[in-house]
Amino acid sequence: MIRIEPREAPSNWWTLGIPVASALLALLLAAIPLALAGANIFEAYIQMFKGIFGSTFAFTEMLTRATPLIFTGLAATLAFRAKLWNIGAEGQLYLGAMAAVAVGTGLIDAPGFILIPIILITGAMAGAAGMAGPAYLKTRFGADEVVTTLLLNFIILIFLQMMLEGPLQDPMGLGWPQSSPIVDAAILPQLIPRMRLHWGLIIALITAVIAQIMLSKSVWGFKLRAVGENAAAALHAGIGVKRTLMSAAIVSGAVAGLAGVSEVAGLRGYLTTDLSPGYGYTGIVVAMLAGLSPIGVVISAIFIASVFVGADTMSRAMGVSSYLADLVVAMSLICVLVGGFIARFKITRTDKGKS
Amino acid sequence: MPEPVILTLSNLSKRFGSVVANDAVSIDLHRGEVLSLLGENGAGKTTLMNMLFGHYVPDSGSIEVADISGKMQPLTLGHPQAALEAGIGMVHQHFTLAENLTALDNILLGSESLFSWRHNRKAARKKVSQIIERTGLAAPLDERVGNLSVGERQRVEILKALFHDARILVLDEPTAVLTPQEADTLFENIGAMTKDGLSVIFISHKLREVLAFSHRIAVLRHGKKVGEIATADADERVIARMMVGADTPTTPRDTQKPGAPVLELNNITVKGKNMRTSLRAVNLTVHAHEVVGIAGVSGNGQSALAQLVSGLISPDGGEMQVDGQRISKFTPPAMLNAGIGRIPEDRHHDGVIGAMSVAENLIIERLQDPAIRKRGFLQQKYIQDNAKQLCKDYDVRGPGIDADARLLSGGNIQKLILARVFECAPRLILANQPTRGLDLGAANEVARRLLEARIRGAGILLISEDLDEVLALSDRIMVIHDGHLVKANTNDREAIGLMMAGEQV
Repeated sequence: MIRIEPREAPSNWWTLGIPVASALLALLLAAIPLALAGANIFEAYIQMFKGIFGSTFAFTEMLTRATPLIFTGLAATLAFRAKLWNIGAEGQLYLGAMAAVAVGTGLIDAPGFILIPIILITGAMAGAAGMAGPAYLKTRFGADEVVTTLLLNFIILIFLQMMLEGPLQDPMGLGWPQSSPIVDAAILPQLIPRMRLHWGLIIALITAVIAQIMLSKSVWGFKLRAVGENAAAALHAGIGVKRTLMSAAIVSGAVAGLAGVSEVAGLRGYLTTDLSPGYGYTGIVVAMLAGLSPIGVVISAIFIASVFVGADTMSRAMGVSSYLADLVVAMSLICVLVGGFIARFKITRTDKGKS
Repeated sequence: MPEPVILTLSNLSKRFGSVVANDAVSIDLHRGEVLSLLGENGAGKTTLMNMLFGHYVPDSGSIEVADISGKMQPLTLGHPQAALEAGIGMVHQHFTLAENLTALDNILLGSESLFSWRHNRKAARKKVSQIIERTGLAAPLDERVGNLSVGERQRVEILKALFHDARILVLDEPTAVLTPQEADTLFENIGAMTKDGLSVIFISHKLREVLAFSHRIAVLRHGKKVGEIATADADERVIARMMVGADTPTTPRDTQKPGAPVLELNNITVKGKNMRTSLRAVNLTVHAHEVVGIAGVSGNGQSALAQLVSGLISPDGGEMQVDGQRISKFTPPAMLNAGIGRIPEDRHHDGVIGAMSVAENLIIERLQDPAIRKRGFLQQKYIQDNAKQLCKDYDVRGPGIDADARLLSGGNIQKLILARVFECAPRLILANQPTRGLDLGAANEVARRLLEARIRGAGILLISEDLDEVLALSDRIMVIHDGHLVKANTNDREAIGLMMAGEQV
């Protein structure tokens, strides 16, 4: 029989060491499906490592992959800290991308230093609007935001298809459901010549730093944390709980919208319905893995992007299924969640009959 | 003839980190005996009982319980199920009931197999009714527990233990929520049941009850048993000295001339969902330099009154004035701005945010204060200095100002709330159950601070289910019953007790 008691004060060593140890454990556990797939495990790990650190190209590709995950991870973090369960980052990402395409494909003719901020802001506003609706329904009528944000994702995706076959469709696109290309002035510049890595990463990092500072140092962040940790006490202390939830929703949606802008204006150049392979949902994993810390989100986004990119390379080189990447990400999440539990609780054995 | 021993705790020790919660505590309990367990908060009473009930595993020591035939058997430690089977029932200070089930379902909970096809409700109801008849522990069996008052919930808890055939009943501060009459009835009935062979361990802070009701008293201090005394040989001074290691100072109380009214309620009506959350045409005035005590059984409108003055609900009719200004908006910030300091009933739930630091909890009501915020950012240095100062002034003890508030003990959390409220120099202080669950030292500290604020010129609205506290602190007493507020023209315990039960005096 096992008993579980909370640890009095989890030490820093535990809180830092546990996620790292869990990530390593997840990689070790990945050996099992690899072996089952008939691959040489040692060789597979080498290929995986090469896929991330093997060349400048590999490394920048990994960071390119991490960029949208930082945004969506931050979006989840900011909402979750207020106990607002925004599962709709995927839809908000597409809203941001649609807004960027709407103003960034020739509607406005301006130099880059004006046009880029404009598409960033309109994209953020569109994402914010996408989360403001469910948050209003929650604060006004008590509608469960898990349901509303999740279902809104599908509505937005269908709306996107409608737009891509209608107003936003590229007239030169031979009838494909895709948007006109983003004008050159609105393209987020590359960070390194001939590599796909773009300024979206820098914007993501700046957003993470701002989020960290706002959460820990600002009055707004204080209210957000207070509402998330104990809404009843926050209300009693005079904090506007509904207003705080609305603001958290708007900021969360805005950051998710930025993910869409960054992808469409930094990487693809035009919008299709497969802009995001579920970055909005993976963002939730990123945020949980980071323990809802904005700076932690950067690290966990890089970790997850590494696993994806590394496993991708490995599966191509070794001829095993690329679904192994998803498997490793899922296992690392479980490992880290269990690890977090171990960090917070002490598990002791009690033997029946003995005293 | 001395009754046989039914329970033996030998040399039980338990450490939490560096804190010794229990240090080699040994206690015997006899059949049909009421043993009072006394001690300040943090003295280790609850830890000891949690070990008995299997919630904690002792670091060392053993427990033996008599089986039905009276033979002593070692108790498997760390297993609540084993404790239940041995006939140990516990009523916790914080209730452990499922709010969305009925009282009867809660009583039955755990007594049926998960895989049984249907409830044997009829037999169970009969058994519960018999227990109610024997003990007088009346509770509406078919009402959802969420709709019951605190007092009723406690009765359900006791019924649950008795339904499970408890032979040893642990009561953790059972009378905190009862009227004196109800408490007396409870004592009478438990007295009758002890004659049937039930043994009771009774944890309380109220010396008067302990002396009136128990057979033997064991006192814990700093985790050690410092004394054991037959109640017949004890008096309040002796026990108090044993508990705190010195004579307790009684709160000095001088007369004060009441000043201008700071709070006026005129014909306030609140239409709540039930009696607990309703007020019916309530009139109340609290003057400066005055403590007005609201006595009453839990669930008679106290929470409506407290929520109204806290700004958590709006009245459906009537008018409220603070310092002569009519309140038009009933929100917590509006009440704070009007100069009302609020000490909430449930300090863990409404008072502090456990996962935030002590320093942060101390400023949570002052986020608009320019000393706290500059351009939307928190002034860390001020917040830290403020916390250091307040923790010193109000003797808030814990792991430090940056530690989570949840790590503080109940008494220290209350001191934290006091510091937060009193530092804003409020015109009116709403003190809702300010000393519930606190030890003598902390309770005296709360009382001292309230009377200090009274001298400073604040009006104090004291809502308490502890009549002794109301009698000790109030200049005027009002009794709340069924949403009505009635003036008590007497200080007589019995008369007020009858008014609390709704009788005209």
